Amino acid sequence: MATQSIGGRPSGVDSLTLGGLLAALALVAIFAAARAVEPLFQFHAYVFLAGFALGILGLVLGARAGQSDETRYNEAIVRAGVVASMFWGVVGLLVGVVIACQLAWPSIFYFDDYGFLNFGRLRPLHTSAVIFAFGGNVLLCTSFYVVQRTCKARLAGGVWPWFVFWGYQLFIVIAATGYVTGVTQSREYAEPEWYADLWLTLVWVAYLLVFLGTIWKRKEPHIYVANWFYLAFIVTVAMLHIVNNLAMPASFAGTRSYSLFSGVQDALTQWWYGHNAVGFFLTAGFLAIMYYFVPKRAERPVYSYRLSIIHFWALIFTYIWAGPHHLHYTALPQWAQTLGMTFSIMLWMPSWGGMINGLMTLSGAWDKLRTDPVLRMLVVSVAFYGMSTFEGPVMSIRAVNALSHYTDWTIGHVHSGALGWVGYVSFGALYCLVPWLWKRQQLYSLKLVEWHFWVSTIGILFYIVAMWVSGITQGLMWRAYNDLGVLQFSFVETVEQMHIYYVIRVLGGALYLSGALIMAYNLWRTARGDVAAEKTKDSVAIAPQSGVIQAAE
Amino acid sequence: MFDHGKFERHSLLLTVGILAVVSIGGIVEIAPLFYLESTIEDVDGVRPYSPLELAGRDIYIREGCYNCHSQMVRPLRDEVERYGHYSLAAESKYDHPFQWGSKRTGPDLARVGGKYSDAWQVQHLINPRSLVPESIMPPYKFLVEKPLDYALIEAKMTALRRVGVPYSDEMIASAKADIAAQVDEFSDGASALAARYPKAQIRNFDGDPSQISEMDALVAYLQMLGTLVDFSTFDAVNTDARR
Amino acid sequence: MTYTDVAAFSQQFGLVYMVVLFLATVLYALWPRNKAKFDHAARMPLQEED
Repeated sequence: MATQSIGGRPSGVDSLTLGGLLAALALVAIFAAARAVEPLFQFHAYVFLAGFALGILGLVLGARAGQSDETRYNEAIVRAGVVASMFWGVVGLLVGVVIACQLAWPSIFYFDDYGFLNFGRLRPLHTSAVIFAFGGNVLLCTSFYVVQRTCKARLAGGVWPWFVFWGYQLFIVIAATGYVTGVTQSREYAEPEWYADLWLTLVWVAYLLVFLGTIWKRKEPHIYVANWFYLAFIVTVAMLHIVNNLAMPASFAGTRSYSLFSGVQDALTQWWYGHNAVGFFLTAGFLAIMYYFVPKRAERPVYSYRLSIIHFWALIFTYIWAGPHHLHYTALPQWAQTLGMTFSIMLWMPSWGGMINGLMTLSGAWDKLRTDPVLRMLVVSVAFYGMSTFEGPVMSIRAVNALSHYTDWTIGHVHSGALGWVGYVSFGALYCLVPWLWKRQQLYSLKLVEWHFWVSTIGILFYIVAMWVSGITQGLMWRAYNDLGVLQFSFVETVEQMHIYYVIRVLGGALYLSGALIMAYNLWRTARGDVAAEKTKDSVAIAPQSGVIQAAE
Repeated sequence: MFDHGKFERHSLLLTVGILAVVSIGGIVEIAPLFYLESTIEDVDGVRPYSPLELAGRDIYIREGCYNCHSQMVRPLRDEVERYGHYSLAAESKYDHPFQWGSKRTGPDLARVGGKYSDAWQVQHLINPRSLVPESIMPPYKFLVEKPLDYALIEAKMTALRRVGVPYSDEMIASAKADIAAQVDEFSDGASALAARYPKAQIRNFDGDPSQISEMDALVAYLQMLGTLVDFSTFDAVNTDARR
Repeated sequence: MTYTDVAAFSQQFGLVYMVVLFLATVLYALWPRNKAKFDHAARMPLQEED
């Protein structure tokens, strides 16, 4: 159905097929709302209905505005993605600070009468908002930008990219409202229920087709390495999503479903998914960003293209086996644990291959780090990537895992990757994109970028150091024995010890959030075309971006 | 010589190559586990959840308890002493999905059943800090006030049967009656319930006989966790064969 | 086919599969004739603007 229009001919066929699909889905939503066996399902049916109706309205208004110009890149969708990324980023970080406060000051931040604000409901909201809403929108908009530029072709599919963008936002709204009202599968990082999963599958297939369709239109013979990483991210996430969410709904007019697998098999499937969500969503996708934006900003080609090929295949091959390290010492058969551990340790090498490639791209241009805080952010993100991909294999060793598992050490590890690597590489890309997309000569203020960089770097340090100390402390207290050979601490004594670290974590998170707010302000002023009156060390030249597709060489 | 250039020029080939690389690893690693059932002996005592326990488990999932509580005791000396016998694979074989968890912000709950009285559990859920001043757990006062909605219980059990939980027609047909029976040990259905679900604990869990609340269901679930297998007679050698 | 057979196959196959795949990738990446192509590809992000 979509392939007809994927060639990107300005024929209007794409609008008609999409309009037809939305109308049909609207009918399904009306039917679902009428037959709903529980209020929450009915509520979600109405949310879907509103989404489809708005989509049809958007199509009508878009059709009146005329056909798209095939000689120009589709930059409007990238601009929309940038705004969405910044919005969800702030929301996700804010929820993170709130739940950190709950663990630090439970008597202040919990409310008897508002059960939907309890930690158990907000924690998935935080993780999904930062990973899928913020990270996902960054990946969507950067992939749409990079694939067009490196293929020298307008985004394929006419209006379908807009279906991908708005469809993804609708998924986020369904997922988020589900979490606070208690609609969850309880699969970490895959909490949305069956109907949200089906919807995301549809959106994701459209995403893959738009991405591939653009590659098919390319005027370059070679597919640039960043696009390989994006492709691996899109394809693998589709596979992981479908397999991990196989479930039997209790009613096709109700929210609850039960996983197809149980016990050991279910646990391995979930952590095969969970670890590869890290590997392909938070690593492969963001490495694609690195492979485009670091060379672009440093104005140098990537250090070793050969290394990028080796590290690409080695990375995607090795990652897929690493999941069982989440299940050390559990009822999972030991050989599977060992296999997962072995591959996790091997993963260190392809990961550092990527890090070396990113850092060494700067060779001969290190002085730019002094003058360009955006490039510095990108480079520091790669350094954090190297750090957390060293820490990860260490934690996957069974003996280390015996101590670290179930503690805050894991939380610290995740956040050094999430705040340092994913966050910074995304921020760097967004700082590059806004002047390019809004046709500005420079950012509103580089000084504010400096502020953002330092405030959030201090925030990250507070955060991960607090979690390292609390995690190792708690792990050691759990296994401490007194002279009589009896466990020395009750569980709650170990909880009490955590208080001060949880307070430091709140501080770290709040600093990181403040940095993001500074960034949002800076980007908003940049988009408006303002330039702050400030002395810059050396002006950072930003290559003008015309938006017109050029001929291949 | 094999030509990788094709990968770079032909996006479909690249897509298929990626898919092959990532799927083979997963299949090779996960597939053997689906042969496990033929080699693991059944552990005596493990049975499907009673309807009330199942409803409680759904509340456990809804409230996101798994975010802070594991249900997986590892075979490490301190864990076995703190929580009890290490968890067996068979103990979660009817868990769709599994609830092993990944973080212990609070203690493991795999064997919490019977460790505390019903009254303690109820009061602790209503206001954790009234019993454990250092606790950082959220309060769940609303569970006492909210009547349990079990209109869909048969549909839920049918769905679970479709994915492999051995609920009989009789169990599904009497599900609603069994929920009412499990909160009243003097009811007519109590003995039939106990026959269908051995070791089921039958009593009013939240201390308020006027309604079947969500608290009844959640406490019924918590009180049965880890109580089904009798470890005084359990033979560990048999299950170690799987390793 | 028993569980033990399948598990043994998985463990051995994993190793062989990885080595073969890795060698193939390295061979390709270092094949001398491919160098010019890679050098061109590496410059793609930088060439796109006027």
